[in-house]
Amino acid sequence: MPTRCFRIHPQDNVATLLDDGSPGPAEVLGHTGPDRLDLVETIELGHKVALYDIAEGEAIVKYGVSIGRATAAIAAGRWVHLHNCTSRFDERSQTLDVRTGATTDTRYE
Amino acid sequence: MSKPSHTATWQGYLRPDGRKGVRNLVLVVYTVECAHHVAAKIAEGEQDTHVIGFPGCYDNQYAVNLMLALARHPNVGAVLAVGLGCEYTRPDKLAEVVAQSGRPSDWFRIQQVGGTRSAIERGKQRVRTMLAQIREQTPRVDMGLKDLTVGCECGGSDGTSGLAGNPTVGAFFDRLVDAGGTAVFEETIEMIGLKAIMLARAATDEARDQIDAAYEKAVRYCQAVRQYSVSPGNFAGGLTTIEEKSMGAFAKSGARPIQGVIKVAQSPPAPGLWLLDSVPDEHFMQFGYTNPNDTEGLMDLIAAGSQIILFVTGRGSVIGSPIAPLIKVTGNSATYRRMEEDMDFDAGRVLSGEMTLDQAADELTQLVACTAAGEPSKPETLGHREYFIMYKHQDTPPLQVGCRL
Repeated sequence: MPTRCFRIHPQDNVATLLDDGSPGPAEVLGHTGPDRLDLVETIELGHKVALYDIAEGEAIVKYGVSIGRATAAIAAGRWVHLHNCTSRFDERSQTLDVRTGATTDTRYE
Repeated sequence: MSKPSHTATWQGYLRPDGRKGVRNLVLVVYTVECAHHVAAKIAEGEQDTHVIGFPGCYDNQYAVNLMLALARHPNVGAVLAVGLGCEYTRPDKLAEVVAQSGRPSDWFRIQQVGGTRSAIERGKQRVRTMLAQIREQTPRVDMGLKDLTVGCECGGSDGTSGLAGNPTVGAFFDRLVDAGGTAVFEETIEMIGLKAIMLARAATDEARDQIDAAYEKAVRYCQAVRQYSVSPGNFAGGLTTIEEKSMGAFAKSGARPIQGVIKVAQSPPAPGLWLLDSVPDEHFMQFGYTNPNDTEGLMDLIAAGSQIILFVTGRGSVIGSPIAPLIKVTGNSATYRRMEEDMDFDAGRVLSGEMTLDQAADELTQLVACTAAGEPSKPETLGHREYFIMYKHQDTPPLQVGCRL
């Protein structure tokens, strides 16, 4: 069974993984748009994949609203997360470990 | 298609103020951390006896309001207040106000009744007497969805929470509101970036102004404490920004108009969908923290009179609550399978195509009705009774009041 991801709103440029995905073809469910996509890297369930090429500075759109801004160019099929997307409000989250979300700015000494 | 769960009725407990409970409990309330052990031992092994308490020695109006709202909750039939004897918070006044609500109540200070063993023995006697009294004397009454207030918050959210868990609760909230019931959602600090969307949901101009003020306060709060309401587990679960988490969290509010904003320890003045503002007001003690953990938020929802609360999780959670049964919903079927002993409802079936969102909401409605009728939820069965009452300010006194500087 191909990896499934879900696009919530027609304007979204990302979809959410419904399975753990590895590089290769994925099925895009939900609202209109491409119904197939090639994942170019491993992306875990619940995480987001770019549906199109997204330019640096462009809004990341999910639920039809901007949930942040791209901090680098993101190719279609790539993982969208802390390493290439930033909040318009929250600065601290940018310091967290991209895979585990673990803090890096609290001192344990 | 018939939807019997929406018209389900069951037997509840009628309180003197006309509200109806789905449980008939004795609540032990301690008024300072020093009385915590005695209070816990009093309740240990007793049927239908729950504990809450406030750890601080200096009292706090917010905490007193919260304890009084919980002590007069529709699921609570009687109250025992236990103090040490030195603290500011007054067990005698708590018991007095509870008595005025028509409930049996009692109080003592440990320093005046001996020590640990004598206080526990005295407390147990009082709890047993009051439990027998409310079991015998509380009138039973027909109840349905229209008599329910249900609160919802989410915790341990991941990418499925906004796709399945919260939308299922949202669809349930629509059904509850349509049936004449009351729905309460909170976490305005998890509505960051959604101001226009929230304002568009206001039922009236007054509600719009209230939502606007609560939203702006939440943003100022997050800026002031330099922390947005998003956790390492949220990021690990695929949420990248507070805006994204907010959109997912807001989905639990469903689609009905928001009637207005209530503060902690207030009950909604009318049926419908209400937003609970639990963010501290600006104060000379500074903001403090708003929801330092999930349990704190659940206490607020219970204090609003919710007889049942829903907790939506993606990553998994094992908390429960005193006073109001907690039903645990997850949108992540893998989490459901891994933690089935704690999870009441698998909304992830919406994502696998096993059922539609409407079917999930109907099934959840049925589960709420069964729980209200007395069927214990999983956290209840497991004995989870976590509570958390903290210092907070939702009033702003003049800065010069209180101390001679």
